Amino acid sequence: MAGCAAIVPVLVAAAPFGVLMGALARQKGLSPLEVGLMSGTVFAGGAQFVAVGLWTTPAPWLFLALTALLVNLRHVLMGASIAPHLRGVRGEGALLFFLADEVWALALRRALGGRLTAAFYLGLALPLYLNWVLFSLVGAVLGDRIGDPARFGFDFAFAAIFIALLAGMWRGPADLPPWLASAVAATAACLLLPPPWYILAGALAGMAAGALRPPPSAPATVPP
Amino acid sequence: MSLDPRTLLAILGMALATYLTRVAGAWFVRRVALRGRASGALEAVPGAVLVALIAPTVLATGPAESLAALVTLAAARRLPLVLAVLLGVAAVVACRALLG
Repeated sequence: MAGCAAIVPVLVAAAPFGVLMGALARQKGLSPLEVGLMSGTVFAGGAQFVAVGLWTTPAPWLFLALTALLVNLRHVLMGASIAPHLRGVRGEGALLFFLADEVWALALRRALGGRLTAAFYLGLALPLYLNWVLFSLVGAVLGDRIGDPARFGFDFAFAAIFIALLAGMWRGPADLPPWLASAVAATAACLLLPPPWYILAGALAGMAAGALRPPPSAPATVPP
Repeated sequence: MSLDPRTLLAILGMALATYLTRVAGAWFVRRVALRGRASGALEAVPGAVLVALIAPTVLATGPAESLAALVTLAAARRLPLVLAVLLGVAAVVACRALLG
């Protein structure tokens, strides 16, 4: 149940966004059944917001699927970084279905501070999944009768969660080059390119900086 | 309760695309042993992705968000995650009210 306790702040922050996503989808002509089906099978907040924003009737399904692929490309990197910690855990393919940003970040923190179990991972994932499906349904049923989550600072809650997790991930000055490279590249991409690209730009710049430093676990094989 | 076939197709397409991104990375690192620079790049992924997720909010939104980010960071060094997040959200609401 330690996973359930860790995910509570995320549940509180995500609920109003589920409501907002459901309401926006309803305005685009999706029924509550369709909204619930989307949240239950896709389970990716960012991709669902972008897709709903682009939604037209009849649905341009291939375009919407490719949009989801693009917005979620960061999950390829997240999956690669969490996979070594899921080695030997049964049902990995099912666990990875739930790899939302917050599940990834909290599961990785657990793995770095000890051992990640399927129970802990599901303790994070299942409450967040039910929370997202439930509140997007609430939004779809309420439709227009909702406010803007930014009014109460909810929009900043996700940034605050990621900042707090980042603070706990600091190992030493060797982390600085990848973090700085990512910050510069992501900010520049955010100002110059459409929304989904900044995450990949930052991640790739950080990886490039990480590749240039000798990894502590394996000494560089290049002779001096 | 209506279910339009084109909408259903779009939802299932999005679900498949999302699932593929979530399993692809794990599938790849299972089959390819990463050493040297590639392993350095992979070790940089968690921090770099987290920084990229927050950078536009922290650096390019406004002084209220930048200040609240500093408050969150300082709080997270000393307090449990929940309290740091609560302080950060309170700080952004206060800064927005004060700074406009």
